[in-house]
Amino acid sequence: MEKTMNLTLKVWRQKNAATDGQFVEYPLKDVSEDSSFLEMLDILNEELVEQGKEPVAFDHDCREGICGTCSMTINGTAHGPQRATTACQLHMRHFHDGQTITIEPWRAKPFPVMKDLIVDRTPFDRIMQAGGFITGRAGSAVEANAMPIPKGTADYAMDAAACIGCGACVAACPNASAMLFTAAKVAHMNSLPQGKPEKDRRALAMVTTMDGEGFGGCTNIGECEAVCPKEISLDMIAQLNRDYAAAQVKSFFKAV
Amino acid sequence: MSSPFCNFIRSTIGRKILMALTGLVLVLFVMGHMLGNLQIFLGAEVINAYAYQLHYELPTAALWGIRLFLLACVAVHIWAAVSLTLDNKRARPDSYAAEKPVQATYASRTMRISGVILLAFIIFHIAHYTARVVPGMQYEEPGVLSPTEVPLVKGGEMVLKDGQPVMTFNVNDMMVAGFQVWWVSAFYIIATGLLCMHLAHGVSSMFQTVGLRNKIWRKRLDLVALAYGWVVFIGFAVIPLAVLTGLLQMDPTGGLGEEVAAITETIQK
Ligand code: HEM
Ligand code: FES
Repeated sequence: MEKTMNLTLKVWRQKNAATDGQFVEYPLKDVSEDSSFLEMLDILNEELVEQGKEPVAFDHDCREGICGTCSMTINGTAHGPQRATTACQLHMRHFHDGQTITIEPWRAKPFPVMKDLIVDRTPFDRIMQAGGFITGRAGSAVEANAMPIPKGTADYAMDAAACIGCGACVAACPNASAMLFTAAKVAHMNSLPQGKPEKDRRALAMVTTMDGEGFGGCTNIGECEAVCPKEISLDMIAQLNRDYAAAQVKSFFKAV
Repeated sequence: MSSPFCNFIRSTIGRKILMALTGLVLVLFVMGHMLGNLQIFLGAEVINAYAYQLHYELPTAALWGIRLFLLACVAVHIWAAVSLTLDNKRARPDSYAAEKPVQATYASRTMRISGVILLAFIIFHIAHYTARVVPGMQYEEPGVLSPTEVPLVKGGEMVLKDGQPVMTFNVNDMMVAGFQVWWVSAFYIIATGLLCMHLAHGVSSMFQTVGLRNKIWRKRLDLVALAYGWVVFIGFAVIPLAVLTGLLQMDPTGGLGEEVAAITETIQK
């Protein structure tokens, strides 16, 4: 038999970027433990619409954990209590009857709240524009064996490329640092032969943009890795530190 | 202002690397300092001879070079810590209503507090034992201690120069007298406890900062860092504890023992 639960939701409501927000409590009855967290919010919103109230705005798209659009802090943890799981893939069976669930937007200066749970994540786009690409011709896909890549390298690059850019790392970091995101992008490109020629330029440009967007610095506490739905590893931050330092040393001593 | 070096130290990673490199210097210094101090357990004459070596056998320029280098490291470490902390606070002005860390260690979350208390301690410590200017604590104060100068002893024999014993400062008694003041000992033990915490995160973190860490090494380095922190804590804290429990005593003869002390007195007269 399907189990249901009654919940109290404490949701951050904010009209727009210019106004202050506050928490509003909503009771929600008979939530199936099989529904996803976003389906639970859909149910809340249907009730709110029926009551003639403004529904809670939240970002979502694929709802299958691959697009990185959903973004909310659930009971103080980005994407909620389940490890390696986006909010859209989180199920209500991880909560219990009578529980109060606090739902907040990502909190970071560079990610201003636009409305309710929706934040503006375009600073990530600008970090990508600074170096998250290769300048080689990107016509049709090349023959797979034209450029042999060792399995270990391919796996590592794939692990880095798994980053969906959701911003949970920034949200979880007490310094709102974007190091894990930037590191994943740098590690992905810098480890593959296609990206290697621009390794130094990429590391310098992406870090400069990251800092310029107002993200904080890394204090190596590892909260980002712990909440990352794709389990991007701190090893990638170590690589970013290494690649950045090497690029800087080369630029000190470049021929003039 | 856009030379590569300026760009480097303006970046968050660059400042963090400076913090790691200066941290490394301090980490190594702290171990050396601790081993030096522990010689007090080998006898007053040993620690006094060690101090004499540092102060008079080492060229003055080298002594001051090392001191200034260490102070510069502390200054750069603090500058980077403060400027990054300000940037970090600016980046995250609001906290969550249900703020709670998922896995971050207590030590890693309190680096700034442990650091600030360490700074207060470093200032006090230099004023106390290096500059010897803490009021009410002057080692030379009459009544606190009599002879501040004792003969230098090496290999159980007084060192003579032109037939006269070479005199040196009685560091043993200065340390014992200092730690007999209970709150000095308490502050010292608390500060080295915080140093233990600071290092339990820092010693592993600095490898990550310079890019020399991965999943496997993270586990190992975290253990190394914790062990290092504890070794440093115990190594420093045993001295005030030994003083408070009476294990370490003042020795106005500087380790020469009774009969030689008599000779010393005659010489001094
Ligand atoms: C003088 C006052 C001090 C202050 C204000 C201070 C502050 C800090 C701060 C804020 C951090 C960064 C923590 C983080 O990023 O999570 C740090 C890191 C560190 N500190 Fe200190 N600290 C001080 C003294 C010391 C001392 C005396 C030592 C060594 C004996 C030391 C060794 C380290 C190390 C090894 C790191 C790690 C660097 C890294 O994360 O890459 N610090 N310190
Ligand atoms: S909605 Fe696409 S990852 Fe959650």
